[in-house]
Amino acid sequence: MSHYDTRGRIFNIQRFSIHDGPGIRTIVFLKGCYLRCAWCCNPESQRYEIETMTEGGKTKTVGRDVTVAEIMPEILSDLPYYRRSGGGLTLSGGEVLAQADFARDLLRAAKENGLHTAIETAASLPFGEIEKLLPYLDLIMMDIKLLDPERHREYTGADNSLILANARLLAESGVRLIIRTPVVPGVNDGDADIRAIASFARGLGGVSEYHLLPYHRLGSDKYDGLGRRYSLSEINPPSREKMEHLLSVAEESGLKCQIGG
Amino acid sequence: MEQIKFVIEKSARIDKLISALYEKMPEIETSRGVLVTESYKATEDLPIIRRRSAAFSHILKNIPIVIRDGELIVGSATVTPRGCQVFPEYSYEWLEAELDTVATRAADPFYISEENKAVLREIYPWWHGKTCSDLARANMSPEAYAAFTKHAIFTPGNYFYNGIGHVCVDYPKVLKIGYRGIINEAQRAMDKLDVSDADYVSRTNFLFAVIESCEAVIEYARRYSRLARDMAKAEKCKYRRAELEKIARNCARVPEFGAQSFHEACQSFWFIQMLLQVESSGHSISPGRFDRYMYPYYKKDIDAGVITREEAQELLDCVWVKLNDINKVRDAASADGFAGYGMFQNLIVGGQDEHGLDSTNDLSYMCIEAAMHVPLPQPSISIRIHNGTPDSLMLKAAALTRLGTGLPAYYNDEVIIPSIMARGLTLEDARDYCIIGCVEPQAPHKTDGWHDAAFFNMCRPMELAFNSGMDKGVKIGVDTKPVEEMTSFDEFYDAYKAQQSYMIKLLVNANNAIDLAHAVRCPLPFQSCMVDDCIGRGKSLQEGGAIYNFTGPQGFGIANNTDGLIAVRQLVFEQKKYTLAEIREALKANFGYGLSGTAALNLTTEIATELAREGIEINEAAVRTIYNEVTTCGSLSAETKAKYRELKRAIDEDCPKYGNDIYEVDMFARDVANTYTREVEKYKNPRGGIFQAGLYPVSANVPLGGTTGATPDGRLAYTPLADGIGPASGRDVKGPTATANSVARLEQGVASNGTLLNQKFHPSALEGMGGLMKFSALIRSYFDQKGMHMQFNVVTRETLLDAQKHPENYKTLVVRVAGYSALFTTLSKSLQDDIINRTQQGF
Repeated sequence: MSHYDTRGRIFNIQRFSIHDGPGIRTIVFLKGCYLRCAWCCNPESQRYEIETMTEGGKTKTVGRDVTVAEIMPEILSDLPYYRRSGGGLTLSGGEVLAQADFARDLLRAAKENGLHTAIETAASLPFGEIEKLLPYLDLIMMDIKLLDPERHREYTGADNSLILANARLLAESGVRLIIRTPVVPGVNDGDADIRAIASFARGLGGVSEYHLLPYHRLGSDKYDGLGRRYSLSEINPPSREKMEHLLSVAEESGLKCQIGG
Repeated sequence: MEQIKFVIEKSARIDKLISALYEKMPEIETSRGVLVTESYKATEDLPIIRRRSAAFSHILKNIPIVIRDGELIVGSATVTPRGCQVFPEYSYEWLEAELDTVATRAADPFYISEENKAVLREIYPWWHGKTCSDLARANMSPEAYAAFTKHAIFTPGNYFYNGIGHVCVDYPKVLKIGYRGIINEAQRAMDKLDVSDADYVSRTNFLFAVIESCEAVIEYARRYSRLARDMAKAEKCKYRRAELEKIARNCARVPEFGAQSFHEACQSFWFIQMLLQVESSGHSISPGRFDRYMYPYYKKDIDAGVITREEAQELLDCVWVKLNDINKVRDAASADGFAGYGMFQNLIVGGQDEHGLDSTNDLSYMCIEAAMHVPLPQPSISIRIHNGTPDSLMLKAAALTRLGTGLPAYYNDEVIIPSIMARGLTLEDARDYCIIGCVEPQAPHKTDGWHDAAFFNMCRPMELAFNSGMDKGVKIGVDTKPVEEMTSFDEFYDAYKAQQSYMIKLLVNANNAIDLAHAVRCPLPFQSCMVDDCIGRGKSLQEGGAIYNFTGPQGFGIANNTDGLIAVRQLVFEQKKYTLAEIREALKANFGYGLSGTAALNLTTEIATELAREGIEINEAAVRTIYNEVTTCGSLSAETKAKYRELKRAIDEDCPKYGNDIYEVDMFARDVANTYTREVEKYKNPRGGIFQAGLYPVSANVPLGGTTGATPDGRLAYTPLADGIGPASGRDVKGPTATANSVARLEQGVASNGTLLNQKFHPSALEGMGGLMKFSALIRSYFDQKGMHMQFNVVTRETLLDAQKHPENYKTLVVRVAGYSALFTTLSKSLQDDIINRTQQGF
């Protein structure tokens, strides 16, 4: 068994991604997540089970089991674009760390082919799972949605103490770390929330940037397609002005900040 | 904050010039038509080349001239803005037939006054039998003429009815030595001749015509100088008076002599550019490497401190406006193919010089800035990219792309240079290439490229392969086996190739027939004196005076044929689910979907005419029966209809498609493209050159799709064919990198007459500095893989709003949603609104 034979469950491979890390990237979306964020724009990512979803009047199966060897050719198809743009492979989800062995072996294969590698994660697992990936990672984009444990539990279904502890350990790991917050109106768009996360991130020492991602409801159609209810249907995306304001609040921390990924 | 070089404020003058230009519908004027007729009538005893220069001279002496309000660069072919002249020496019957409808037609309407209609009706009869088109028709084999006019297998209509154009002349030479210099050169060439030389007469006639034409141009400029001086005297505003006096001085000096300032160079350029389009009706008169040959004049003035960068930009912007002040009326069918009053004056910036060094300069950026200031169709601005192209120029170009005007087009030096060297150009000439018209590379002022020689619809030979060479009840192709008797895929593929090869022979015949007609009836002394080595060889461009001679007919339909052939192979020969005969019948029945709208009416008319010709009586009831059959496939049983629809579903959903980065499919597409390109290059033209294929349809994939029945790739009858060398519409579902990878697998270098890849982008992909850099990287990556050309439609907010209103027109509009892309029209209204608002935020 080589690491190319490791099997994992994914639900999409998205080429020409330009908003998820440096350069032109391919994103492999891993299926299954421990959190249930109310604003999640990829609800089909949440369950580990393979399921069906209606999209544009057609039913499609979401989720398939693949080996590293099976998906590497598609990832490598865009090598010329990675090379010219400084792009590469991003693993996203779902929660990447929920399939840490698969993620590790996929990243290892990517590194063998000279790719820049990144993950998007909420880091809500024991650090031992994250540690497996570190030798093969160039960039970690980690979400911190709320500092307040109670409200974190309310909106995501889980406690954040593990997340915050992992953030401290990752900051010490030496891997380039970007902290990101999806700004959701009524949930975490207060100055105090953003200020708290930014200053926490600054305090970690090893964080290179802090990104504010404006909430959007572009995944809302998918809830219908999955037969689920979208609980945030009344919320509108934050205005440009609001985001600019929050950016200036975040910048008080002294970190390099930006809107969007 | 974006750091884009050469962001220069637009002068207030420019928008005034633009709005004045677009105040009214363009108008057809008749002064040129009258003058050319007068001159031809008076010169019947002269050789044709001297009749041409006599006519040109007569026109330039008498055609009305005008200086428009606020102009700094002057010279207009028509009194009315954006007007057009007529060229009866090429052809006239189509316009005569359309005089009463040309103002109301859908594509490119032109106003014409009742007086002018009467004028044209008066002069036209004299031209009967005397036009270039008349001779071309007489030259053409009957089979070729039928394939072109009756069966729409290919159409060389452009040069059949009009001048050739498609040239980049020696602007730098005229800027430097003026027409006086060229007259001297022609005189010296004449002095060298001996009266007893075998070609003394033809050379002398040609050189005489060159001199007469150049003198006419000099005199024409002097008319402008006098007009400007008179207007200055009457002008009350002292600023405008000074401008008019400057114009008067400029026109007294150029283009007779070399330009001494940037302003004079701009004025001289414009006289050359405009008068080429008065001599002949040929379009795609391409300024070429404008940033290179104008730079010395710019630099001299900037270094001497006599002009500011802002002033230079204003002059450039004025030239840009003038490039839109010239127009051409085409027949209604051609207007569909070249929709948008296209003049295809291609102006290219950047790239390398003849030594292989990067030639980017300030003007490269300022030309792109001019295209931002003047968001009009002309000129078609292009950019040459090579490994040494500065990123700052790429970013400037990307910023222009983001505006959504579809400009600029990007060209890859690293593919084009070796590609045209393989056609016999020297390394130095190849490095100095420019682009003509849409996408066609040539060595400037050394080439008669005959680019755009015809559109060849590759889907039509496929139809012939299904029908053993029969079309509309007539045998027009070669004998290939009935599909019932074919037992392997290769047999079918070979039948297609046999039909296509034969049609290419007819195409060559048609092109060469037209080519000779131009040499005999419409040689062009003025154009020729600015192309090497016409003066040296003592003959016009049309007679083979250029150093490099080509004929470039372009094929299209690669994606449709690739997907169709793959479907045939899979469904008929691998899975054995259908027979070839069943597919043929399903195609005839449009997969059981019937026809609607104009297509149904047209087909009904066609069938009724056909039946009437066979002696069958056609009354109203009969027409209704035919129409019903056409629209509903009424005579098909429900079972058959369902079977045909299932076939279409199987093609659509179960067969792989070109454009999705599938190696085997793409390599097959490469082979399909080569069935055209490798065949065309076997032939020669009468000017001593060779044929070379292009792969691009301009916009003819739409009208010519309108004459093509259903195709085995699942495309419904009379709908558009695939655009350029890209995938069939909506068939590529893996994003721009996958599409580009597929297209890069074609052997593009063989299509040395040019290829075309269109891609559509949502503006969010180009947002901010990061977006522009990633966009540039995308182009560079496609070019790394030997892509030749790329251009972009950036979807604007207006487009999205229109797509909400008319979803039927935007079935394949892909927008990026969240981590995925989707068909815009399938999204809910609220999501669409979100995306529209996001687009707005992006700017």
